[in-house]
Amino acid sequence: MRRTLLESLSHGPLTEAPPQRDEAALSELAESFKRTARAKLGRSLSIRQVDAGSCNGCELEIHALNNAFYDLERFGLRFVASPRHADVLLVTGPVTKNMRQALLRTYNATPDPKWVVAVGTCAIDGGIFAGSYAVAGGVKDVIPVDLHIRGCPPSPTDLLKGLRALLENANRRGYDG
Amino acid sequence: MALLDSIPYVELVEGSRPWPRARVSDEGWGRAIDLLADGRLTLLGLWADMPDVHMALLDQHDDVAVLSFHAEDGKYPSVAARHPPAGRLERAIRDLFGLEAEGAPDARPWLELGFWDVRQPLGPRQPAQEPPPYEFLPVEGDGLHQIPVGPVHAGIIEPGHFRFTANGEHIVRLEQRLGYVHKGIESLMAGAALERGAKLAGRTSGDSTVAYAYAFAQAAEAALQRSPPPRAVYLRALMAELERLANHFGDIGAICNDASFALMHAQCGILRERTLRAAAALFGHRLMMDVIVPGGVTRDIAADDAATIHALIAEVRKVFPELVELYDSTASLQDRTVTTGIVRTDYARQFGAGGYVGRASGRDFDARRDLGYAPYRDLAFDVPVLEAGDVNARVWIRIREVEQSLFLIEQILERLPDGQTLTPIDADGRSGEGIGFAEAFRGDVLVWLRLDGNGRIARCHLRDASWFQWPLLEVAIENNIVADFPLCNKSFNCSYSGHDL
Repeated sequence: MRRTLLESLSHGPLTEAPPQRDEAALSELAESFKRTARAKLGRSLSIRQVDAGSCNGCELEIHALNNAFYDLERFGLRFVASPRHADVLLVTGPVTKNMRQALLRTYNATPDPKWVVAVGTCAIDGGIFAGSYAVAGGVKDVIPVDLHIRGCPPSPTDLLKGLRALLENANRRGYDG
Repeated sequence: MALLDSIPYVELVEGSRPWPRARVSDEGWGRAIDLLADGRLTLLGLWADMPDVHMALLDQHDDVAVLSFHAEDGKYPSVAARHPPAGRLERAIRDLFGLEAEGAPDARPWLELGFWDVRQPLGPRQPAQEPPPYEFLPVEGDGLHQIPVGPVHAGIIEPGHFRFTANGEHIVRLEQRLGYVHKGIESLMAGAALERGAKLAGRTSGDSTVAYAYAFAQAAEAALQRSPPPRAVYLRALMAELERLANHFGDIGAICNDASFALMHAQCGILRERTLRAAAALFGHRLMMDVIVPGGVTRDIAADDAATIHALIAEVRKVFPELVELYDSTASLQDRTVTTGIVRTDYARQFGAGGYVGRASGRDFDARRDLGYAPYRDLAFDVPVLEAGDVNARVWIRIREVEQSLFLIEQILERLPDGQTLTPIDADGRSGEGIGFAEAFRGDVLVWLRLDGNGRIARCHLRDASWFQWPLLEVAIENNIVADFPLCNKSFNCSYSGHDL
């Protein structure tokens, strides 16, 4: 183990330069954020991920955000285990009818102020699964959505761009309530 | 001797490829159940196609056949009554089609949780009604308490409900309740063109998108009696092995992480990321979605792409053995994985458990070798098998399979034929039915496809390996401590989406 650790030290960090913030995401957020959260939240957001019916492809790429290349926590973003601890719900999938109630309950269990980020093409409007008897629709059909990150699945870089825009916006625009 | 020689059947159904499908009466259906209960046949799948129920079987010589029972009056003799692995499949058939398994041991719903607007959506489509409350199995005894978990879990995981009954720290029973991510994929398949069908198949379980598209394409090509170009066949296998590598790296790291050994998680995460980046460089998509289609593959690789893969292999060969040594020589980690969550070999055989769950418990089966689909019949590789059946054995199967996948990729690159990568398939006006298999990283995927005579999908059934693994997790966890559940669960890494469909 010692050797592996030492080698890790010698080759330098793998973590890459952060990608640019997604300008389209910024403008979408400008609509949805009226208040600044900085006073309350500082430069950090806690994220609770909710799979509301995804094929699990989005989960794989969300997982990757924690690896050495993307290192999500350097931006003050971290995943938490309970909606009670979360500022952000990161929701994937078409929302299945079987998950609709669980998603609503999770949303209601998340304290204000909170933001909802819908991840993946299916989360917009159900995607390829739209129209099924078992699908309620996109995330916005069940809970209010502040930001969509598109892709099937979105790459970790796409996710980072969107989440950085969210962080910037939460810090810049804020919260006064 | 062919599988169907041991089963009396009424007639063979025309147009079923590459394996036969036979209509059976009570006698043949009963005979198949006898052979399943005796352990002489393995159940590969059980699904409905109104008004029939189909049962896919595997014999000891790796022959495959499908039996069809006409469910007159909406009833058929229960397989689960004498062969428990069919239980959840029969419950799913009732939820989706309204067909009743007579004599079934469990009358509770499975995929239907009471939220749909329609009952039996693929069958009679009755208006929804308020379902009775779901009854978990009763538990009796002093000092027992229950821990309900999910459907929303604490990590970045798919949703499902686990009901633990514990005595102190020890789990005396786990009961799973799944179906939360049921998307109605099989209803969306009905009437779809093959192109859309391939996309849906590739989103049945995102971690196995290559394997699903592979099995779907093979089923479609069998139904239409078309062969993809040789170069496409090899590129499919290249993608399948890259997918296996990425998932095994992810799993090995995540299992260790659930034993609080974060270093392995971090290092394996790097290997996984490097694999996905190589996949994106070659195939334009990190998970390689939608590249495999009926008729071939949509992307070719360039001459210098081989160097990208060779660099990946060199990196893995440099780093991975050290990680394996680290895993094997860290006593605190071994303490968590050795003798934890044991799957008995007789259960693995009875349930026909695929992938590392089966192979860690003595079931020597791999669809790549035993069903011999192209190009694997022309490639050399070993199928690792262990007997211990614990978390450690499931880790070691993955380790050995990583090594085998590297050898396979080298062979694939060496032999990669020249030529076209896609022969477009014109399905217009065509009928027929096909069976396709692919060995996903977690086990064999079965796709059964029937075309409607206009080249569209009349019925497509997708059976994930998880169907026969989830029930074994319930058994494996008994007498383990609650804190070891995440470890056991990760060592199975069953698909929720692939199971719930």
